[in-house]
Amino acid sequence: MLDFPTWKRALVIGVCLFGIIYAIPNFLPVQWLQALPSWVPVKRMNLGLDLRGGAHLLLQVDTKGYLKELMENTYVASIRAAVNAEKTHASVDVVGNTLVIQVRDPAKLDAVRSRIRQENPELTVETTGNNKLRATLSETGMRNRISTLVQQSISVIRRRVDEMGTTEPLIQRQGSDRILVQVPGLQDTERLKRIIGKTAKMTFHMVDMDCNPAGQIPVTDMVVQSDPGTRGGKPYPYCIEKRIRLTGQNLVDAQPTFQDGQPVVSFRFDSRGARMFGEITRTNVGRLFAIVLDNKVITAPRIEEPILGGSGIIRGSFTAESAKDLAILLRAGALPASMIYLEERSVGPGLGQDSIDAGKLASLIGMVLVVVFMFLAYGLFGLMADIALIFNVALILALLSVLQATLTLPGIAGIALTIGMAVDANVLIFERMREEVRNGRSPMNATDAGYSRALTTIIDSNLTTLIAGALLFVFGSGPIKGFGVTLTIGIVSSMFTAIMVTRFMIVLWLRRKRPQALPI
Amino acid sequence: MKLLRTVPADTNIQFINKRYVAMALSLALVLSSVMLYSFKGLNLGIDFLGGVMLEVKTKGPADIANLRSRVSNLGLGDVSLQRFGQPDVVLIRLQRQPGGDSAQEASVAKLKKSLDGVVAEYRRTDVVGPTVGTELQEAAFLAVVAAIAAILVYIWFRFEWQFGVGAIVALAHDVVSTVGLFSLFSLEFNLSTVAALLTIAGYSINDTVVVFDRVRENMRKYKKMPLPELFNRSINETLSRTVNTSLTTMLALFALVTFGGEVIRGFTVAMMWGIFVGTYSSIALAVPLLLYLNVMRGGEEEPAQQPQQKEAAS
Repeated sequence: MLDFPTWKRALVIGVCLFGIIYAIPNFLPVQWLQALPSWVPVKRMNLGLDLRGGAHLLLQVDTKGYLKELMENTYVASIRAAVNAEKTHASVDVVGNTLVIQVRDPAKLDAVRSRIRQENPELTVETTGNNKLRATLSETGMRNRISTLVQQSISVIRRRVDEMGTTEPLIQRQGSDRILVQVPGLQDTERLKRIIGKTAKMTFHMVDMDCNPAGQIPVTDMVVQSDPGTRGGKPYPYCIEKRIRLTGQNLVDAQPTFQDGQPVVSFRFDSRGARMFGEITRTNVGRLFAIVLDNKVITAPRIEEPILGGSGIIRGSFTAESAKDLAILLRAGALPASMIYLEERSVGPGLGQDSIDAGKLASLIGMVLVVVFMFLAYGLFGLMADIALIFNVALILALLSVLQATLTLPGIAGIALTIGMAVDANVLIFERMREEVRNGRSPMNATDAGYSRALTTIIDSNLTTLIAGALLFVFGSGPIKGFGVTLTIGIVSSMFTAIMVTRFMIVLWLRRKRPQALPI
Repeated sequence: MKLLRTVPADTNIQFINKRYVAMALSLALVLSSVMLYSFKGLNLGIDFLGGVMLEVKTKGPADIANLRSRVSNLGLGDVSLQRFGQPDVVLIRLQRQPGGDSAQEASVAKLKKSLDGVVAEYRRTDVVGPTVGTELQEAAFLAVVAAIAAILVYIWFRFEWQFGVGAIVALAHDVVSTVGLFSLFSLEFNLSTVAALLTIAGYSINDTVVVFDRVRENMRKYKKMPLPELFNRSINETLSRTVNTSLTTMLALFALVTFGGEVIRGFTVAMMWGIFVGTYSSIALAVPLLLYLNVMRGGEEEPAQQPQQKEAAS
């Protein structure tokens, strides 16, 4: 028992030093840390959104709507073109992700089929009747399309969130068609949701001034409601040409500004857009020109004179904030598909700080209670267990900092709980030592037996809790995962400190004092 | 210094003789929990059902009546308002809105608009759509099943099957009665509760394993001792450890319940109950059950354990 090999001593001292050194940055002011040389460990624990405050949004890309649109717009057009090229007629129907093509002239069937195939390699085309074809978008084709779609959506959302001036936002793909957005420290989550959720598809149309929105609508026109805007008011129908003159893709810049005391958005086209805009305004002086955003007319000004500089102003019914938001949306570009909100969890900065304070206080008080109890129950050895407990907490904090694991409020609860459970190993050892002393063993023998006999029990009992902790980590989400992390780390580090660190101290003490009886 | 003894050194409490009382009690506990669960059900939180929960700080002390009048005629169904810890903090809960995932978001915007002017800070906004709710339900179920299965495998690997049965019965008893407690007091059953259940499962087994280890040791040591006496002896020998560990864990939990804030109170209360019932069941249920499970005794040393002990002794 008394020989505690040098490598074990080195290990114990090394691990404890590691714990202290890497835990310390969490207690120092940030300014101090920045002043330290780069080789000093300065990593702090990574606080979860429930502690630092912020927004967590889980979005789903509307892939169903996108595929439907893809089928109706892209493929139907391409198939029509193929049919025309073979000089025949056909009807094309969309059923889910399949297209049913009925060719009028059965003799042209094979030619149409091979042409469709050639031009759309991702479509599987089969003959299902003497004049019928069925074209299906293949699994891989669909997956690739969706993958690109989600990727594009992520970059648009990232541009928008960055434009809002947030710090360290996390925007990440989850699963096949979901996007996770986490913005720490954000106050106004409703604004974030408005900005992320808007498709922001902008198109420019001419208003058909001869058409009455309430009457007969020509086939080349459509009726679009005006956007009552953030200042209220009633929507008003506009009769506009279906033909898209320009789109938001031609914009290079948009900024919120004021004109005659009203918030407006100024925009600038790229060179191609500027040329087209100049042409349109030159040939349509006196007519109304509608700017449509997500199927709503935000403004329809009269063209007073040709605008050749390629820039203009949108004067809707904006507030200062909504003008700013529209400028952000226009700069970041349109989302290729609409988004569905699946989950939101946001925490205000006040609650986050309250939670940190409450968690710290509870952990500290729990620790003091346990330390006092251990001292009362086991005297000097209890004190050694207490020192080991302090090293244990340092080690947990150090590991959390080094691994950059996320600390959440349930995670703090996990640390506090570990403080209570970590001393179990020492309780087991000390109780065993008491028994061995009662059985008449010498102090050395009793200590030795206490450690060796309790060891299997300690491992058995800790492993079961470890299983639960690891599963929480695997299956849990967000804050609960944080609980699994601290519980798992806490159990592992407590096994080390409660067994090795206390043993080291007891060996040193036994050697120096050579006691006749154990103080237990 | 006189050390604090929570349990006298040589207790000889006849736990095994009182096993019928304990079994009747446990049976009643489990049956009533199952009945409560089946007839009263659980107060499932929005994590599992979907819906909206807002924690708001009002300007000045919250006027619940005023808040209620603002939110009640928005056409959002049943809105529940509840003071939460401080006088100016209110928890507003909204049932899952009909109309799928996007309907939940729309209702939050409506709700927040109606509270304009009275709310100083939105402390917490949780919105869970039905899709995620269903997924969380499945994940929670899977986690509990996987945890119990993993623990079962571990016990089966380390002990004879009789011990495994005893341990799992005690574990099931603890988990089921915790669920019963949640049903009885209509406490919100959410993701944290599932985390608490898993931790309780881990603790319950932990406690049982310690006593079982001693039973196994004594079975090798006292080959002729009648089993009831041997079981009593094992429980009594480990009693002060059982009590002290439960006490330290309770002390930590007490600090969390008192100072840890409202957000994790449900979690910590569940844990306290779990520690209590887990301690009880390993003594009063797991060990007496071994009497009926025909445990094998005799000289089957576990060869794997010997070298481990030697190494530890060095």
